[in-house]
Amino acid sequence: MHITLKGLLITCRTTIASVALAAAAAAPALASNEVNLYTTREPKLILPILEAFSKDTGVKVNTVFVKDGLIERVKAEADKSPADVLMTVDVGNLVDLVEQGVTQPIYSDVLNSAIPENLRSADGNWYALSLRDRVAYVAKDMDIESITYEEMADPKWKGKFCVRSGQHPYNTALFAAMIAHNGEQATEKWLRDLKANLGRKPTGGDRDVARDILGGICDIGLANAYYVGHMKSAAPGTDNRQWGDAIKVIRPTFQTTGATFVNISGAAVANFAPNRDNAIRLMEYLVSDKAQSLYAEANFEFPVKAGVALSPVVESFGPLKVDPLPIVDVARYRKQASELVDKVRFND
Amino acid sequence: MFARVRAYRHIQGSSAWTAGTYLIVLAVLAPLLSLAIHALTGSFAHWAHLADSVIATAAMNTLALMVGVGVLVACLGTGAAWLVSAYEFPTRKVLTWALLLPLAVPTYIIAFAYLDLWHPLGPIQSIMREVLGIESARDFRLPDIRSLPGAIVLLGFVLYPYVFLSTRLMFLTQAAGMIEAAKILGEKPYGVFTRVALPLARPAIAVGLSLALLETLNDIGASEFLGVQTMTVAVYTTWVTRSDLAGAAQIALSMLLIVVFLIQLERHARQRQRYSTVQRMRPMALTRLTGWHKVLAIALGWIPVVIGFLLPAAYLAFEAFKRVDSAGMISSQLISAAWNTLSISTVATVLTLFCGLVVAWSTRRVRESASGSSATQWFAKGASLGYAVPGTVLAIGLLAPLLLLERLTQWFVGLGGTQVTQLLVMGSTAGLLIAYTIRFLAISVGSIEAGLSRIPPSIEQASRLLGHGPSATLRQIHLPLLRPALVSAALLVFVDTMKELPATLLLRPMNFETLATWLYAEAARGTYEEGAIAALLIVLVGLIPVILLARTQSKPLLSC
Repeated sequence: MHITLKGLLITCRTTIASVALAAAAAAPALASNEVNLYTTREPKLILPILEAFSKDTGVKVNTVFVKDGLIERVKAEADKSPADVLMTVDVGNLVDLVEQGVTQPIYSDVLNSAIPENLRSADGNWYALSLRDRVAYVAKDMDIESITYEEMADPKWKGKFCVRSGQHPYNTALFAAMIAHNGEQATEKWLRDLKANLGRKPTGGDRDVARDILGGICDIGLANAYYVGHMKSAAPGTDNRQWGDAIKVIRPTFQTTGATFVNISGAAVANFAPNRDNAIRLMEYLVSDKAQSLYAEANFEFPVKAGVALSPVVESFGPLKVDPLPIVDVARYRKQASELVDKVRFND
Repeated sequence: MFARVRAYRHIQGSSAWTAGTYLIVLAVLAPLLSLAIHALTGSFAHWAHLADSVIATAAMNTLALMVGVGVLVACLGTGAAWLVSAYEFPTRKVLTWALLLPLAVPTYIIAFAYLDLWHPLGPIQSIMREVLGIESARDFRLPDIRSLPGAIVLLGFVLYPYVFLSTRLMFLTQAAGMIEAAKILGEKPYGVFTRVALPLARPAIAVGLSLALLETLNDIGASEFLGVQTMTVAVYTTWVTRSDLAGAAQIALSMLLIVVFLIQLERHARQRQRYSTVQRMRPMALTRLTGWHKVLAIALGWIPVVIGFLLPAAYLAFEAFKRVDSAGMISSQLISAAWNTLSISTVATVLTLFCGLVVAWSTRRVRESASGSSATQWFAKGASLGYAVPGTVLAIGLLAPLLLLERLTQWFVGLGGTQVTQLLVMGSTAGLLIAYTIRFLAISVGSIEAGLSRIPPSIEQASRLLGHGPSATLRQIHLPLLRPALVSAALLVFVDTMKELPATLLLRPMNFETLATWLYAEAARGTYEEGAIAALLIVLVGLIPVILLARTQSKPLLSC
């Protein structure tokens, strides 16, 4: 093939035009029956719920999936920001949104009656939408029925423990709760022992714990419970199904409270939301029985609203005793937790 | 029509070129400046912690990774270039372009492909267990790929083409005469390589090496995935986990020191490549290999291609085939993501090339002129800095300047009486295009400068004496001569844009997916194998420019 500069230029000119067109089509018109959602959650996980919302209300949902830098982007867009609802996981991230001033308080009887008081901010700046318990994945045939988080650092698991990066918010949140319960010194020692137990570098995702248990790299690991729902419900014969079938779930507890650590996913209405009413409508929809059971069925998360049926897989893990530690305490200690992870060189 | 004529006249003034360069370099420096403001206005309280438990480890890991990758890409790239330039053996012609294929594989894709391939559950260890008659994965295991050595090997095998590319060009254009002289004087083949070819190629190796090392330094995909705590990962952790943007900016800026060193290395090397020549290129006479030498050459030559491309690509194809088989069709969203990727990469490539041409041409002119303002030249070095900063960090730094541009645009549009209700720059792909251009400008400036340096100044002097202005000279004389350099720059920029992930994730408009962001979303859910189709598409789309690049490489520099 012979490339000429002229040919290249012509191709490019037409492409510029079509990109401009595509961008114009992608740009949402304002003041219409729409709501703009900025989310750090993987879109496919919440898509079924959003689709149900659009179908029931006629409000179109535009999404942008931003992993890191959601706050920086919304801050930069300032009063021109199209963002209506900001959705994220981990209480620390939610508190960050408020501290950086990108949210606004809302008042809604629907939200207040559906969400327990300790799982929303007192001034209406953020609301939890689902619960995510951090549990132990254990090799299926192991003779063990219960464990505490503290016992996972026991030398008997040496070389047999797997977990994702110690700096991942899922882990720093748990470590922060540990600091709140047992103090910084005890948590540091616990982290050192836990590191000594690692069977591989702390990296990858939560599903890799199940995979590495099947692969014989480890016997036990820490990961979020809902992934097990995804894996055990995958089509027979797929990799995910094999990983899920290789493990069983034990809900560990803190020695002090005898309860399991739970983080949240949640949302807030953006400071300059152009479609504020639709934003509140979407938030209220997310705690409706229908959406909450979708969280449970499609996503295997634990509903924030009491009385909503669990998915059968999650049901099989037994009762969940939620740690009574106020969830904002977790946010308070997370920086300390992250620095401890560095200090014990957990990831290295 | 008249407007166009006026416009050309305007550009002809040499001050317009210089002004253009200043504008472009300022655009590159803007995000760095905004980062510097973040860094300097932030608190330094956490440096006690960083110095205690982060920096030393991260710096050692980064150093080890760079030394390892550096040695590997230098050996692989130079060895492969010498093999296909000096010897004749079966499959040599195919190998000459096949050796470029790993360029199409992003680091995060090779990392996740090899995690699967190398995992105790994957095909490699399963077959080994089968052969050795071991039943359980618990009784036999190879070292985990999630480690520093694993990262070195994987990065090395996808980044060596940078060295291969520059070194091969050197062997093709420069080496023939000297090497034949050495042979005539009785030097043995090994001596020809170590005592003649290698010293000759050293500047070219340094050029390719510096690019590969810049990629290594700002890599986040593979390093994070394989659990190697580099400086870039530390920047990330400080920003994301500790919500400390200022601290992240401080670490990122201190990393720029390494970058400046690498860029100096590249420029220093290129200055020693004094090869303005109007001679027609004459390839080296190939030594025909026979017997077991022939077999060895085939094996050695194909190893980098197999590890860096064929194995992961075959794996992706297999996984994608399984998916298409079970899911039925490739979804329309995936097709639109592929279209977005193609179109935005094309536009970004044109922009980047144009800006690169302005910078390279204006600094060249300065070099030729008697007055010689070295300030512009010095300033133009800033154009390369965007390539050196990790994509996410660059994107964060860009937010403030983009906002400024947004306000200016809205004010300008508002002048016409239109009510602006939405984001014009940040709500469209314009922000992304600016980010890509800033990030990859170094590639186009570098290639075009190298291309210009191969054209003797006498050609331009003749053109100017015959009455052409600088712009007409560029258009009529230099652009045609620069074609190979422009094409190879275009293809490299295209491939890099297409693979770009972190800046795209942060700066894209709503409802806009590229193949990379699509794949990332799949990976974020931990369903890597479902991302296999997207990964395969990235590799396939990336193949097109790589093959074009290979074709221009095989008949390079016919006229300059």
